[in-house]
Amino acid sequence: IMCASAKYNTRGPALIPRMRTKHRIYYITLFSIVLLGVVATGVFQFWPHSIESSSDWTVEKRSVHDVPVVKLPSDSPIPERGDLSCRMHTCFDVYRCGFNPKNKIKVYIYSLKKYVDEYGTSVSSTISREYNELLTAISDSEFYTDDVNRACLFVPSIDVLNQNTLRIKETAQALAQLSRWDRGTNHLLFNMLPGGPPDYNTALDVPRDRALLAGGGFSTWTYRQGYDVSIPVYSPLSGEVELPERGPGPRRYFILSSQMALHPEYQAELEALQAENGDSVLILDKCTNLSDGVPAVRKRCHKNQVFDYPQVLQESTFCVVLRGARLGQAVLSDVLQAGCVPVIIADSYILPFSEVLDWKRASVVIPEEKMPEMYSILQSVPQRQIEEMQRQARWFWEAYFRSMKAIALATLQIINDRIYPYAAISYEEWNDPPAVKWSSVSNPLFLPLIPPQSQGFTAIVLTYDRVESLFRVITEVSKVPSLAKLLVVWNNQNKNPPEDSLWPKIRVPLKVVRTAENKLSNRFFPYDEIETEAVLAIDDDIIMLTSDELQFGYEVWREFPDRLVGYPGRLHLWDHEMNKWKYESEWTNEVSMVLTGAAFYHKYFNYLYTYKMPGDIKNWVDAHMNCEDIAMNFLVANVTGKSVIKVTPRKKFKCPECTAIDGLSLDQTHMVERSECINKFASVFGTMPLKVVEHRADPVLYKDDFPEKLKSFPNIGSL
Amino acid sequence: RKAEAQKNWPRWTDQSLLKSFADPKELQGDEDPSLPSPRERRAARLSVYKNSRCRMETCFDFSRCQKHGFKVFTYPREKDQPLSESYSKILASIERSRYYTAKPEEACLFVLSIDTLDRDHLSGQYVRNVDEKIRGFPLWNGGRNHLIFNLYSGTWPNYTEDLGFDIGQAILAKASFYTESFRPGFDISIPLFSKDHPQRGGEKGWLYQDSIPPKKKYLLVFKGKRYLTGIGSGTRNALHHIHNGKDIISLTTCKHGKDWEKHKDTRCDRDNVDYEKFDYQELLHNSTFCIVPRGRRLGSFRFLEALQAACIPVLLSDGWELPFAEAIDWGKAAVMGNERLLLQIPSIVRCMHPERVLAFQQQTQFLWDAYFSSVDKIVHTTLEIIKDRLFLHRSRSRFLWNTLPGGLLALPEFSTHLRDFPFYYLQHGSSPSEKFTAFIRAVSPVGSPSQPILRLIQAISGSQYCAQILVLWSCKKPPPPSGKWPQTTVPLTIIQGRGKLSNRFFPYAAIQTDAVLSLDEHISLSTSEVDFAFVVWRSFPERIVGFLSQSHFWDPEQRRWGYTSKWTNELSIVLTAAAFYHRYYHSLFMEYLPVGLRELVDGLAACEDILMNVLVAAVTKLPPIKVTQQKQLKETVSQQADGQSSFQQQDCLNQLANWFGYMPLVSSQLRLDPVLFKDQVSVLRKKYPRLEK
Repeated sequence: IMCASAKYNTRGPALIPRMRTKHRIYYITLFSIVLLGVVATGVFQFWPHSIESSSDWTVEKRSVHDVPVVKLPSDSPIPERGDLSCRMHTCFDVYRCGFNPKNKIKVYIYSLKKYVDEYGTSVSSTISREYNELLTAISDSEFYTDDVNRACLFVPSIDVLNQNTLRIKETAQALAQLSRWDRGTNHLLFNMLPGGPPDYNTALDVPRDRALLAGGGFSTWTYRQGYDVSIPVYSPLSGEVELPERGPGPRRYFILSSQMALHPEYQAELEALQAENGDSVLILDKCTNLSDGVPAVRKRCHKNQVFDYPQVLQESTFCVVLRGARLGQAVLSDVLQAGCVPVIIADSYILPFSEVLDWKRASVVIPEEKMPEMYSILQSVPQRQIEEMQRQARWFWEAYFRSMKAIALATLQIINDRIYPYAAISYEEWNDPPAVKWSSVSNPLFLPLIPPQSQGFTAIVLTYDRVESLFRVITEVSKVPSLAKLLVVWNNQNKNPPEDSLWPKIRVPLKVVRTAENKLSNRFFPYDEIETEAVLAIDDDIIMLTSDELQFGYEVWREFPDRLVGYPGRLHLWDHEMNKWKYESEWTNEVSMVLTGAAFYHKYFNYLYTYKMPGDIKNWVDAHMNCEDIAMNFLVANVTGKSVIKVTPRKKFKCPECTAIDGLSLDQTHMVERSECINKFASVFGTMPLKVVEHRADPVLYKDDFPEKLKSFPNIGSL
Repeated sequence: RKAEAQKNWPRWTDQSLLKSFADPKELQGDEDPSLPSPRERRAARLSVYKNSRCRMETCFDFSRCQKHGFKVFTYPREKDQPLSESYSKILASIERSRYYTAKPEEACLFVLSIDTLDRDHLSGQYVRNVDEKIRGFPLWNGGRNHLIFNLYSGTWPNYTEDLGFDIGQAILAKASFYTESFRPGFDISIPLFSKDHPQRGGEKGWLYQDSIPPKKKYLLVFKGKRYLTGIGSGTRNALHHIHNGKDIISLTTCKHGKDWEKHKDTRCDRDNVDYEKFDYQELLHNSTFCIVPRGRRLGSFRFLEALQAACIPVLLSDGWELPFAEAIDWGKAAVMGNERLLLQIPSIVRCMHPERVLAFQQQTQFLWDAYFSSVDKIVHTTLEIIKDRLFLHRSRSRFLWNTLPGGLLALPEFSTHLRDFPFYYLQHGSSPSEKFTAFIRAVSPVGSPSQPILRLIQAISGSQYCAQILVLWSCKKPPPPSGKWPQTTVPLTIIQGRGKLSNRFFPYAAIQTDAVLSLDEHISLSTSEVDFAFVVWRSFPERIVGFLSQSHFWDPEQRRWGYTSKWTNELSIVLTAAAFYHRYYHSLFMEYLPVGLRELVDGLAACEDILMNVLVAAVTKLPPIKVTQQKQLKETVSQQADGQSSFQQQDCLNQLANWFGYMPLVSSQLRLDPVLFKDQVSVLRKKYPRLEK
């Protein structure tokens, strides 16, 4: 089986929008004929896609009140109540989802109907604004399919967001008569306000059999972990009020409570807190004497003081989110939007999207019984962490709370992740705000390993036609004890490499790879012949390094296998006059790059250089025949966030950078070009990843007053 | 275009007129005055949500943990009570931990001395009449605040999760947990481990290099029993279908149990022949992915075996609540297969990108080493998860659990903020603070500051990176008055220390910078040396960076670890007599290490230094860093190294290796010098010319 996704892109109906014009005309013609046919005959069943599609036909001009009416006989079946033991592997039919290269579930939406009982009384209001938004979002998303036969997940258009607006039995009957209901298998219901008086169940009371529930306000007893999805209670204020993001930092109030009509017991607890801690605690309530026309939901009062809601939330560091009759509260959304850190006091509440969101980074959860300790608990949170929580809270709102679309897509993504777990979105993608994603680094070689010395390294010599010098390099490098293999990359297509018999006889395998084109990137190709982790890139004229120096370099690389470990170091500097980066090869106290004319590094970086180099850098380097080493330095620093390691003292290298521009020995032109490279790469990477350090690595006893013959690496730094 | 539009959800002409799903007032204040009070509701909840519906808030008494914190009590062993090897190890792990208490009145959590690991009543280790026994325990209290460990439950043929006694309100830490019977946020799923699992330390993972491409000889392997009948046979009977004899090796045998031949089918004989051709260990070592299917029970030994072998587990065990899933993000280390979709597995694993495979391999090794490689780690992880539930606002985020060095080594008591730890600067996109706190230990018995310490204070206070100087006055005599101390540009504070050696690593509140420069008073350093070392430390904030190094070695003749302070080509210890390290290590030293170990150290000369190095190496798996030192400093060291203390240090080293269960120290062959150190270039161009004197 092939893995390349390209293979799958060439077939299947998904391609229709991108068809060639010829085909498009063909389909348009076909469609016109069909259209004509329909109009002419008036036969609605003509369209091959069943009644549902045809009834949607006049889409642009339809009102929600014009939808088909379905009458529910009073004895029509009611689904089972709902099975608390349901899990994906027991109640979900995964065969419907299939193995597809995009790893995306297909979601079908039932068309809108109006359900009435035997007496013609409607079962519920047809659809709410929010549920319509939610279905529109699904319909516009990549998950959507209009083909009921290809669907993996079914979303009824029956709106059950708010249980209070429903007739429970009849809604259940409406669900049961859906064409693919099949005990609710693979059906997804969205509910934000579950339960009703007096006991307020924490999950939707409508019998729903095996259907999955995306619910706001689950408790740990009703939530079926890994099956249901816990969602927020949407706050319509999100759409009405713009709250510009406020920079993190201390606020006027430390703790704020903004919920109206709290239970007197909670009220008393809060007031006790305020009595103890004074003005840093602000407890707001509903305003009693507002003038007419002022919407009560947009104001809050403390004694005679009137505050705008939700704006006032931005004035506090922490905002209390207490449970009401229900566990899920819309105020959570307002609080997050304001960048206020929620203090969630609702025992056993399953926080929204808790399957993927790490709420410890954005909120403080306090058990109801610990309310009296709230102040001291919150004071123990370090200031820097509060700032991060403020950012995180706001990010959660922007990504997962701000609209019904955000809620719908997060829900579907969570279900998608369960069905294709091997393609699931990672913790970091779910939780890291964009600024963190941008500034953080996840090192691909993160495990601290010191590779065994016995493995040795592979030396790769890039050469064109300097055979004599090449042979000297081979002879010198072959003296290094840990050399495991030598690979010569013959980059000259016009000339054959010397005959086998002419090559130096060395104790390790020597292989010659001939390249198809004279490109610098050939030096960094992850050749199969490289069987060691460690690679020594060395130019065909670097003959001044001693065996001790090279062996020591290898030992240093073993201690830093995720870095470039090299000999000549270089530095990048900010040129304040020119306002751009400048390349520096003088004797400096700092280094930020090592030349790859002689450097050890992990073979993984060859793979990255060849296949994952950002932008056009790889081709650009090949075209300019320069700066492949700078590109490699950028790449490694960017992906690891770490500096290079320069080893051993400075030696007289025979203009090591001249190799790249054979013939051109004009130092200044060279420096200008190298500076250009740095500026070019910094703009492609969108950042300056190079790290400046002031150290280099020497053997432990280097230059120490100690008998030379007892040192592991005596021959270091000889000129 | 139109043809497409109509297939989507309609844009209603009147959609702007649709009503909101809820009245704004309903959303903002839904309180129903007739509701019972929260207090009543909580009380009512307690009586309803018990036993199989237990949650921490209904079945656990938090108040027991208020006064003394998280303390764990183990019931005294009874003489006639047989204990399996595994259960003895579990009890030993608890008793070795820093949470152990011998006083039940202090305890927050209780662990029985009755061996409950094997509850298969056909097993020889099955303990009878457990119900009766526990009911006789005055501390049992219906199982409240008890933790029960179990590896095997139920028996042939259906292997239910019944333990054969009533656990009441006790937390169950059990292997092979089925999601349906798992009480979320209350129970803990633990891995199945064998009786040979080491008590401490534990074997290393088998990944010793990051190969590219990360693929090994085989792509996917399985070698194990096939059940002809009964529970679990469905999955295991199908495994042979994916065998291709090339890179996918999936071998089963029917040979197990007494009467396998009675049930044998047409495949058995042929399968048995193939089965013998491959060696299980060889497959484990040489495969990229390992199938970990359910057996009779959901978990199996091969889960941990694959994890250790860096053979990425492909789980085929539907409904298995994965070990420590409350903390561990298994999606980063294992492929969650679906028993019903076995035939998709080959394509799924074949299509995984090499970078991902490489990351998964590394993650298996991290998880193995952090949470599974010894009984200590498994038990301590269990305890830490429970503790995190009790002190919610001081608990670990999922990030801390799933990032090196892991949850056991990232103490939430120290901080819950990533920036405060030495490990996460890169992932967090930040860097350590630009200042350090010098922390000088004074022990000389004179009543006034000694000459060396005065010189040292002068040199340190000259550093542009120095934020403050703290002197830990560990002498019997009271510290000299402030007038006797030199005038410095940075604040100088005297802290009265108590006698103990390990006191120098106490997490003093006065230390506010990330970096600590730990010093002994007789040390002589120049400002240049301090500056350079600090700049180096900022590149390696998780390591000890210092001037004086020593090394350890294995002495094959005496079969013990040796220790040398002589000049060698390697180093594995940097003395804290003159070193930079992150202040977090003070907390780790004092809070992570059990009291017993610290007492051991206090009894030996110059052992606290080694312990700090061992601790940091155990956390980072990396050697310390030695930086350039001037000549005079070297001389002071060589004077110190007399025979007596060296012998004691050797003793210390061996005791520590024994306690950790392995030798954490790692050797390095390098030293970091300034870029132009001793280069043939004008001194005027050098930033640290003084270092060359």
